[in-house]
Amino acid sequence: MAAPAGPELERVLREAAAALGRAGAAEGTGQGPAAALGAVLSALSAAGGPAALGERERAQFGAFLRSLARAPGAARPDGEWQRCFLEGPPGLALCILLEALGSAGPGLAPREAAAMLERFLREGRLSALLWDGCQQQAHGGCPEQQDALLNRIVCLPEHVSNKLQGENPPVFFPQNYFPLLGAAVLQVLQMISDSLRGGLDCSISFVSHVLGKVCIHGRQKEILGVLVPRLTELTKSDCIWQRICWRLVECVPERWMEAVVLGFVQRAPGSDVLSRLLGNLVVKNKKAQFVVTQKVLLLQYGHTTAVLQNLLGYLSLDSLRRALLLRVLQELLETWGSSSAVKHSPPEQQLYISKAILICLSHLKEPEIESCRQELLTSMMEGVKCHLDSSLPQLRRLGMVVAESISSKINTEGPVLKFEYEEDDETRELRSLLVQTPPLCVVPSLPGDDRSEKAGAALPLVPESNKKSQTAAPVMPDKESDAELDSDDDLVPYDMSEDKELKIKAPVYIRDCIEVLTGSEDVDKWEATVKALESLIRRNPAATREVSVELAKILLHLEEKTCIEGFVELRQRAQVAVLTTDPIPVSKYLTSQFYSLNYSLRQRMDILDVLVLAAQELSCPKFHGKPKHSDAQKPRIQLLPGNDSSKDWRRIVDERIKSKTRRFATRQCHVEPASSPNQFSSVAGHFFFPLLQHFDRPLTTFDLLGEDHLVLGRLVHTLAVLMYLAVNAVAVTAMGKALLEFVWTLRFHTDSYVRQGLLSCISSLLLSVPAELLLADMTEELLETQSWLGAASFADMVEKDPDGDCRRLALQNLLLMENLKKKLEAVPS
Amino acid sequence: MRASRRPRDVTRGARRPPGSRGDRRIIAAPLPPRRRSFIAGMALPPPDPQFVLRGTSAAIHTLHFSCGGQEPDLPVLFSGSENGLIHVWNLKTHRVDTALDGHGRKSVYCVETMGGKDRLLSQGRDQRICLWDLAEGRTSVTDSVCTEHVGFCRCSLVQLAQGRWLMATAAKGLQEVQVLELPSKTSVCTLKPEVGAKLGMPMCLKLWQLSCGSQPLLLAGYEDGSVILWNVTMGKALSQLICHQEPVMSLDFDSERTKGISGSSEKVLCIWSLNEQQNLQVYKTHELVNAGISDITIRPDKKILATAGWDHRIRIFGWKKLKPLAVLDYHTAAVHCVSFSEHRNPRERLLAAGSRDQRISLWSLYTQS
Repeated sequence: MAAPAGPELERVLREAAAALGRAGAAEGTGQGPAAALGAVLSALSAAGGPAALGERERAQFGAFLRSLARAPGAARPDGEWQRCFLEGPPGLALCILLEALGSAGPGLAPREAAAMLERFLREGRLSALLWDGCQQQAHGGCPEQQDALLNRIVCLPEHVSNKLQGENPPVFFPQNYFPLLGAAVLQVLQMISDSLRGGLDCSISFVSHVLGKVCIHGRQKEILGVLVPRLTELTKSDCIWQRICWRLVECVPERWMEAVVLGFVQRAPGSDVLSRLLGNLVVKNKKAQFVVTQKVLLLQYGHTTAVLQNLLGYLSLDSLRRALLLRVLQELLETWGSSSAVKHSPPEQQLYISKAILICLSHLKEPEIESCRQELLTSMMEGVKCHLDSSLPQLRRLGMVVAESISSKINTEGPVLKFEYEEDDETRELRSLLVQTPPLCVVPSLPGDDRSEKAGAALPLVPESNKKSQTAAPVMPDKESDAELDSDDDLVPYDMSEDKELKIKAPVYIRDCIEVLTGSEDVDKWEATVKALESLIRRNPAATREVSVELAKILLHLEEKTCIEGFVELRQRAQVAVLTTDPIPVSKYLTSQFYSLNYSLRQRMDILDVLVLAAQELSCPKFHGKPKHSDAQKPRIQLLPGNDSSKDWRRIVDERIKSKTRRFATRQCHVEPASSPNQFSSVAGHFFFPLLQHFDRPLTTFDLLGEDHLVLGRLVHTLAVLMYLAVNAVAVTAMGKALLEFVWTLRFHTDSYVRQGLLSCISSLLLSVPAELLLADMTEELLETQSWLGAASFADMVEKDPDGDCRRLALQNLLLMENLKKKLEAVPS
Repeated sequence: MRASRRPRDVTRGARRPPGSRGDRRIIAAPLPPRRRSFIAGMALPPPDPQFVLRGTSAAIHTLHFSCGGQEPDLPVLFSGSENGLIHVWNLKTHRVDTALDGHGRKSVYCVETMGGKDRLLSQGRDQRICLWDLAEGRTSVTDSVCTEHVGFCRCSLVQLAQGRWLMATAAKGLQEVQVLELPSKTSVCTLKPEVGAKLGMPMCLKLWQLSCGSQPLLLAGYEDGSVILWNVTMGKALSQLICHQEPVMSLDFDSERTKGISGSSEKVLCIWSLNEQQNLQVYKTHELVNAGISDITIRPDKKILATAGWDHRIRIFGWKKLKPLAVLDYHTAAVHCVSFSEHRNPRERLLAAGSRDQRISLWSLYTQS
């Protein structure tokens, strides 16, 4: 080291500190301090700069700077003192400036200190600081000091803003400071690279520490936003830079590894870049391996698809890492195929895992698939089963897409699974993940094209000649057309106006319909009957009532004989028509059939749908516009002719008033929609109660509380709708009470679709039952429910439920209850 | 059994068979027949059938005339029905002369004459093709071929030389067509599509020759909606045309104009032509009102063609431009077959249509040339 300069510097420093002390005491302006500072600076440069200072000199320099900071403004010669801070050891300078920020007294004012600090940052002293830190680490600096320095560097923005409160200069805002720090890191890395090229060893761990700490503080975006693009550039062809980069990440302490790795994964523009930046980190570092293979994939699910692609692509790009890729795939499939996971984890996570599986599959190569075909097949079967079991359509579809993809991967020539589902953006996206090829693949589309070419060639029998004839577009006749122009004209056409579409005459009487539907072999007639049935029922309510239950029975068992467009809908509309025409007996029949033997799940769900639609129709006043006419033929009205005449009377009076009144305004008077009684309220109980009766009594073919939870979900939703439509009905209180009991017994059901239904039940209950009755008749049940939803207890829906929709519904229910409370409070006062 | 003659007097409105419209006829009656028909909307109402032959007591599946004989020969019509009987109708008396029972009460779906009306070929659902000798009142099966084909594809005949016939029929193999020489029953070839082609069963066949003595060619319509032209001697497909989305139910071909027409279970008729390179090309398509064509026949004079529709109607078109000429709405169930007679005198030429309603209607249309 610069041993001869040492004593000289020490002396100068001592003198300078003394001079500053004197100047501070004397309150005068003197040449003393200025000369002393000049001497210090020249001695420092003579000693070979701050890096050359030993332990002792540093301590002295620290004392000097501290006294400089304490000296009053007049005692500090302008220009010189700033240079002392800028040229002195950067760690000391930073430390003392930060101290000065907080101290009150005659010395450096906080604003001055901040300005000095700003200059310190702007003039690139940060990189000197980091470099210094690296050097110290290399020479075994004291770890506590290192830690303190690290803390100061990383927490500088917080520190400054705490001290300066509102007057914080923008350079200290995190969004400005950390990019600056990033640039400094790059400079240091550059220096390290230079010195490595010069054959000198260098420690990078201080920079790694800085990076780790910044990342764990949540500033990945700022610092990596600067680092990653530049490093991407530098590592492209330079293996020294690649090694520097690998070391940089490897040296990050374990506790900060996750944040750093995640930051890189999120910000790398592609998996090849990520592979260059991280090297084989996942193989060497246990923590990084855990983060990459477990945490990001299985425990978190908020990352974008690009992140997944980066990560899995990274795993696939090296033979050492490919083993991990296979292991990851197995674990993903295990989760995907676990019925408990399917039941209890949110759909978003399952989508995430499915995406990860598909990306993994896209990276697998033929021999690798060969090696684990059997395992893939087993886990696929498991997974398909529990996905198809789910009552959420999204999950079912997810299962189908993933299973199709796996099967297409493992059976390259044999038959592959093919499900029927509706295409949407999600499935398209999922499938695009599978066909997407890893970035290093040279000609990705060639093999596929080849195959389709072959398939195309296999089809035509005469490949040469029929190329043209394949096109169905008519070839225009050439010359012979002219000769034939008038050829058919001697043949005079007959009248063809009667050539219309063939219509089969549908039966005109309901009883004929029953005959056709039960016994007829004539398919055309059968079709026509199915099509005409609804309107027939609506036009003849009296005739329908005579045979309503029989008709309902036939319709419930009606199977599609021929392929009619919209058969299911036609049948359903007819069923609804029967039910609305004669609600009580038919609803009695349908609800009893819901719990009886020998029906398919589809039929049971049909029953529920029909009940809901009919209830809707009955309760909806505007729907009566059309069928209201039939009311005139109802015996009820004929029995009470008074009704009719009173209407007439009203009309006559209205007309009289109209004729005798002069209106000055031409505005059309608003006609109020004709009001009509809610027909559902009188029959609501018949729809509702029988459905509640037997849900806990399993039949041999039908177990609502067991595996038929899809039907249970539909049942619960149906009850919710019926409850809602029964508003103002007499039976509504009894219904509400029964419903609350029902909800209470099912509240911990594992299927989220069922839970959603239960929550809708509560919502509709709160909306339908009058507030006074709610409190009078079912206070206790209500309080229980409230605690389940989450007002007081810890096992609450609002926060703990894995399903997002359930949480939302629970919250909505709580709000409804809150409103109810407010309303009740408002009324008595 | 007897055939009923349609009453043609003034009271016909009251006594007409179901399906015809008396009222319109009465309105149209005072019009002078030809002149007015050029005025739009004033065209003549479609004619009624000349005769209706009843009494087969089963749905009619095939019809074949034999009317070209010399004077002492009476014109006859052969009909094959679902109960397995072939009726020979005398067209002078409109009565059944003979009923032939050779297919074990299984539906007969193809009847053809070989030369005169004494040599008959019939094909039935018992998977047999029978050759009959009807001369001098005999009613015996002289020979039979077992096709082992389970579909409804009618066989097709063409005369190679005096007494030598070539017959194409769907064979046992699902997509195969077998070509035999008759009466020797020697197999000429079996036409198989290329491996991997998914044509389905052959649905209709038409054997033809460009001129007498030239190479016989076969047009076959398949279940997948395509028509293929086969060279029978080489056993090779010459051209394929996918002209329908649904099975080709029937086709007919005019070897003079080298144009053919095909119908399927869709609403479309398709006319295609064969060029010098023996490629089939779509020439024109025609949209129908109702779906389903079970038979198409071009009249031997190539002026008009008739189609048998699932919608109970017979449609008549001009062959050259496919100009719609008439829609004959008489039957009350799907029409299964249409056939033209080859009377020497053009004025006597008839059209016969057989239907699932067990009736055969005879029509006289466009007979003045």
